[in-house]
Amino acid sequence: MSHLSLALAHCLPEFILAAGTLFLVLLGALRGKESDGLVTEIAAGLLGAAIVVILLGGMTTAVVFGGAFIDDGFGRFMKVLTLAGSLVTLVMSQDFLAREKIDKFEFPVLILLATLGMLMLISAAGLIALYLGLELMSLALYVIAAFHRDNIRASEAGLKYFVLGALSSGMLLYGASLLYGFAGTVSFAGIAETINGKASLGAVFGLVFLMAGLAFKMSAVPFHMWTPDVYEGAPTPVTAFFATAVKMAAVAITLRVILTAFPGIASQWRQIVIFISLLSMVLGAFAAIGQTNIKRLMAYSAIGHIGFALVGLAAGGEAGVSGVLAYMAIYLVMTLGTFAGILSMRVNGEGVENISDLSGLAKTDGVMAFFLAMMMFSLAGIPPLAGFFAKWYVFNAAIQAGLYWLAVIGILSSAVAAFYYLRVVKVMYFDEPAPAFDEPAPAPRAVLAVTGILVLVLFAYPGVFIEATTAAAQSLF
Amino acid sequence: MLTISLSQFLIVAAILFTLGVAGIVLNHKNIIIVLMSVELILLSVNINLVAFSAFLGDLTGQVFALFILTVAAAEAAIGLAILVCYYRNRGSIAIDDINMMKG
Repeated sequence: MSHLSLALAHCLPEFILAAGTLFLVLLGALRGKESDGLVTEIAAGLLGAAIVVILLGGMTTAVVFGGAFIDDGFGRFMKVLTLAGSLVTLVMSQDFLAREKIDKFEFPVLILLATLGMLMLISAAGLIALYLGLELMSLALYVIAAFHRDNIRASEAGLKYFVLGALSSGMLLYGASLLYGFAGTVSFAGIAETINGKASLGAVFGLVFLMAGLAFKMSAVPFHMWTPDVYEGAPTPVTAFFATAVKMAAVAITLRVILTAFPGIASQWRQIVIFISLLSMVLGAFAAIGQTNIKRLMAYSAIGHIGFALVGLAAGGEAGVSGVLAYMAIYLVMTLGTFAGILSMRVNGEGVENISDLSGLAKTDGVMAFFLAMMMFSLAGIPPLAGFFAKWYVFNAAIQAGLYWLAVIGILSSAVAAFYYLRVVKVMYFDEPAPAFDEPAPAPRAVLAVTGILVLVLFAYPGVFIEATTAAAQSLF
Repeated sequence: MLTISLSQFLIVAAILFTLGVAGIVLNHKNIIIVLMSVELILLSVNINLVAFSAFLGDLTGQVFALFILTVAAAEAAIGLAILVCYYRNRGSIAIDDINMMKG
């Protein structure tokens, strides 16, 4: 096999998405209005194909394209999560988009482009590849945030996300330029070799700016300010996409950059990670209490959960990273389920998104209330649901690493956060019924049921799951 | 002949970067100024990269700068498109009017 085909074999999932997207743009442009459903179906097929290719593909680690692209176990694990997030979001959003009359063929195309960016981001082995992946993802995300273009809130969400996103890319780039200057190379491995324990001022500055840009994409405090507004303003399927696939990719590249480019100056980055993790957990817990809009609530919930996941990174080591991976996988399932529920919130054809609209759901739609309550219990971290195990893995790693006070504050803020999750359950089960929801579409209902069952039964099979995350974490060290 | 050292390039780039960030954070008038500030930030990064590239005798930095120029063009196009879309809905591009959602 020639050199190029060898390289292409390692980026087959990306290749499928790239070629497929170009084809879909042509198809959509040539066939016009009637191609919308077809484009979505093909897009879902491409995402599914990419997952299958990754799952059936080789288990080796390889660096291709001149050291810009790495194919390893960690990348494959995070790519499967990202692709699953994109696929499920795409499938369950069709009904919503059709009812809001924004079911244009550009939506699946933009989802595919953003997903392609995420895959490239996850596999980036150097600063240039990181930047290009990040921008391919972000540019598509700016557009889909404002996808409901006749809606003032959606376009405001898009504008806010664009301005703050561009600022964060700028900071990330400034950090990248300093790192290039002081290390003399853009590859993560090369940077690690040059720094090697000596924390020069330039490298630390570069690290800080780089972390600021990545924290923005993860919506970690203090770069979270866009999250509530964008989550609230963007169309609900787009919010679901932001909360699932985008988070997976952002966390993945943060882990990869920190662990492969800066293993030598762990004491420097650990302070930063502890700081943003602590602030995110506390802000996520307290700021969500007064929210009345469920999408805004989920935004603060996302900020808090990123804080919990970063506890694992602060702990470091294989146990910590494996904890982060487990956390992200479980968070993906819980968030997809919750958003499947939110997508079903419609009264007389109008989408509603206030928590009070869920009042008495147990009486009007018992099945949905039950599964949504499971999601809320799981997000709160109540055993034996999956969310409890997610928190248990990261806090366990933190305690093993001696970060007792971080674990204590994390558990306390998770107790505070339980208040607002349980309030949603209380509203659904004990309040006077609000007008019943419309007949839900089959796709969100199925997603809610499947994720609900996954959340319920995970405690029976933790072994398989932990094996996968440990194997993925090992490839980073 | 007067030679310009690496640190002077870095200082210019740092000043431009700070101006760009200040333009986004402190400006309360107009979104177009924000877009200009974003460009300023990206150009300061380019100065950094090219200066480092010349100093290190390594071409990677210049390649990186070319990629940034390309992406910046795409970014500006998308930013202006979203801005036009926003203006159609709101009838204003003043920063103080971007307040439909609290936060």
